[in-house]
Amino acid sequence: MADAVHIPDEAETRARWGAFAWSEENQRKANEILARYPKGREQSASIPFLDLAQRQVGAETHTQGWLPVPVIEFVARAIGVPYMRVYEVATFYTMFNLAPVGRYHVQVCGTTPCMLQGSDDVLAACRNRGLVKGGTTPDGLFTLTEVECLGTCANAPMVQINDDNYEDLDYDRTIAVLEALAKGAHPEAGSTIGRRASCPEGGPTSLKAMVDANHDYRPEWENAHAG
Amino acid sequence: MPKLKVDGIEVEVPQGATVLQACEAAGKEIPRFCYHERLSIAGNCRMCLVEVKPGPPKPQASCALPAADNQEVFTTTPMVKNAREGIMEFLLINHPLDCPICDQGGECDLQDQSVAYGRGQSRYAENKRAVTEKYMGPIVKTIMTRCIQCTRCIRFAEEVAGVEEIGAIYRGENMQITSYLEEAVTSELSGNVVDLCPVGALTSKPYQYEARPWELRRTLTIDVMDAVGTNIRLDSRGRQVLRCVPRINEDVNEEWASDKTRHAIDGLVRRRLDKPYVRVNGKLLPATWDEAFAAIAAVDHGGSVAAVAGDLVDCETMYAAKALVRSLGSSLLEGRQTGMAYDTSSLAAVNFNTTIAGTEEADAILLVGTNLRWEAPLVNTRVRKAIKRGAKVFAVGPETELTYKVEWLGHDLSVLGDLPDTVAKIFADAGKPMVIVGGAALKDGHGAALKLVETLNLVRNGWNGFNVVHMAAARMGGLMLGYAAKGGIADLTHAKLTFFLGADEVDYSRFGGFKVYVGHHGDAGAAHADVVLPGASYAEKSGTWVNLEGRVQRGERAVFPPGDAREDWSIFRALSDVMGARLPFDSLAGLREEMYGEVPALRHEGLVSFGWSVPAIDGSASGTIGGYPIKDFYLTNAICRASPTMQRCSAELVHGETFAEAAE
Ligand code: SF4
Ligand code: FES
Ligand code: FES
Repeated sequence: MADAVHIPDEAETRARWGAFAWSEENQRKANEILARYPKGREQSASIPFLDLAQRQVGAETHTQGWLPVPVIEFVARAIGVPYMRVYEVATFYTMFNLAPVGRYHVQVCGTTPCMLQGSDDVLAACRNRGLVKGGTTPDGLFTLTEVECLGTCANAPMVQINDDNYEDLDYDRTIAVLEALAKGAHPEAGSTIGRRASCPEGGPTSLKAMVDANHDYRPEWENAHAG
Repeated sequence: MPKLKVDGIEVEVPQGATVLQACEAAGKEIPRFCYHERLSIAGNCRMCLVEVKPGPPKPQASCALPAADNQEVFTTTPMVKNAREGIMEFLLINHPLDCPICDQGGECDLQDQSVAYGRGQSRYAENKRAVTEKYMGPIVKTIMTRCIQCTRCIRFAEEVAGVEEIGAIYRGENMQITSYLEEAVTSELSGNVVDLCPVGALTSKPYQYEARPWELRRTLTIDVMDAVGTNIRLDSRGRQVLRCVPRINEDVNEEWASDKTRHAIDGLVRRRLDKPYVRVNGKLLPATWDEAFAAIAAVDHGGSVAAVAGDLVDCETMYAAKALVRSLGSSLLEGRQTGMAYDTSSLAAVNFNTTIAGTEEADAILLVGTNLRWEAPLVNTRVRKAIKRGAKVFAVGPETELTYKVEWLGHDLSVLGDLPDTVAKIFADAGKPMVIVGGAALKDGHGAALKLVETLNLVRNGWNGFNVVHMAAARMGGLMLGYAAKGGIADLTHAKLTFFLGADEVDYSRFGGFKVYVGHHGDAGAAHADVVLPGASYAEKSGTWVNLEGRVQRGERAVFPPGDAREDWSIFRALSDVMGARLPFDSLAGLREEMYGEVPALRHEGLVSFGWSVPAIDGSASGTIGGYPIKDFYLTNAICRASPTMQRCSAELVHGETFAEAAE
């Protein structure tokens, strides 16, 4: 693994996180999550619990959160599953951070569609703003990771920052997003060029008759076939 | 019962069988890596691809495809050949091909199958991926770059060993097999993953770089580390046993062996008694056989002679000693070294009657004073199988981790006479109820446990649910040969001359007379003896052992005893001459004939029928179980105690010492 994360020393994390337990609020959420699954199937709660735990760690450290080993073990105990089984899940999903990250975890997609649409510029913007791949900025604000397709290809290039996607980026808009975050603002998620979801840029290009009202295309369709 | 055709051969297979099994039934070999008869189906290596009609026009993984009526399976078509070559090529992309320095070389599935089904050439010119080694404990060495991610080891740990400490972390190209946080796997069955691993990723640490399989002489014999009687093969070179691996015996060990069975063998060449010793002026001094015999012959025993059998000895040794004791005019015999004196008037009442394999069928199991995981690990795996089929398990005794869910009923034996209603109800509804009594309960709880036969209706048509689990390989054979005095060891202590047959667990201070130790290690016993006669270990003699379920099994000699040591029976034969009480046999075959004459059940290999009768013992139960007899699984006998591997296992896995791995 080229950019293997640096997992802190075990004794250190154990000392810091060994006593991890749900906060009052998260305890409530945890009970709710657990209630979703039939008895005997508590293992199904692995992913939601890990997510909840990561968020709690995030809240406690004022970062996006990560999963120290003792916290993973806490989750395993909470659902009565061997540590290994939950550890496997935590290492499998890239959304779980195995090492501390900054306040904002900037995940830049570098897969083909994003790359063709200019993800190199997005990365350059990040770099020039002081972000380093695989590392956290000294102010603890940004952690940069390059990831594979995040399923937002129609709005490429994109970056995922914590729970939000920022799409249709270019160099300047990326800088703008980062600057806003650094200032403590919360830039609006989604397309940065005002596109709604992944509607075509510049208005519809097909089924135009449908834009204002419902339109019955069937006769045209039949004609086309007859012809 | 689906009927299908494999390469034109019609076969009928049981419902639920897979296409792979159908192919085997038709005599076709299907290459495979991830599939294993005794583990769940993973279907992730794709080596078992075959062409199946009807079905999509692509090869299908036969191990994961249920056999169905009217299927036509092809295993020799160009599609199949191509598919196998393709898979082999893929598997080898990241495999290091370091066979010349790999311990698996010569017995590697990957090697064999790439010769048989591969292309002989790779088109891959990129860099291979490399994976760092993972620490898995003192038994298993890992070279993870060789791993093909078949997940057999993970499935074994979870399903058979019941210790979910091996897993696959990360994903895709980065996936790695590891133990949790690279800590030692805390299973007494961990060595089995070495056999299961189809490549050289998991190999045996104690055996590393010791030998190549083709240099080894293979001897089939029986393990003596516990009373299960694991069927083993000893691989030796010259005078040394280098490796011990299990043989398949569905009735006994399936194809598993405990780590003790596998790795105590390095104790066979250490701390051995290899010459006779005689005590002179309070000190044991080396002597010749003649001097040693003369010293024994000089004892004025007046017919007061006894023999105490150790835990590892074979029936032949015990018979020879018994014959000598008898010809000297005595009948004092005992094998229960720790002083136990349970009733042996009915051997069925101290036998594992359900049989090891039968355990799988039980639907309600009560463990009484047994830490089955340590006392008989391969019976424990059967209990796990029974649980998988829906059995409920209860236990009386101090709580301990048995690798499955147990409902503990406290450690007071009186609970046997007064089972909680919920438990009684489950047993009343059970079709095949089972009680397993361990050594910790035999003393005070034997009668009470026997009473359960009646109250829980344990013995019924075609089912006997009463079981005693012994821990000594010599026990059942010894009991059959009469090595049981009414009052136990206490009845023997007055003897003027006592032979100790590899007995290291007895309290020697109770014996006043002349003590002769006959055995191979004698770490605890020899020092107390007046004369020490060096004998043969289980690897150095052909012998008969009877396992805890009363199964007579015979093993062959793998190597010769070291130095002046001799096979035990021949020692007694020679000694009998000197003592003027010549024994009537002068070959092993002759001895066996005599022995069979006396105990006919020993003649035929297989289960002995002890009939069923309940001795009249007081059935009231009282007292508590303070602890289990085995305090340290890895150091239960003289061979293990001499074994560096077992010492290391004990230190690390039982006593929690940590060993930093030396950088390689
Ligand atoms: S280590 Fe061996 S048994 Fe385990 S997954 Fe890899 S190849 Fe399979
Ligand atoms: S390629 Fe970037 S989101 Fe799909
Ligand atoms: S043996 Fe069938 S996929 Fe591995």
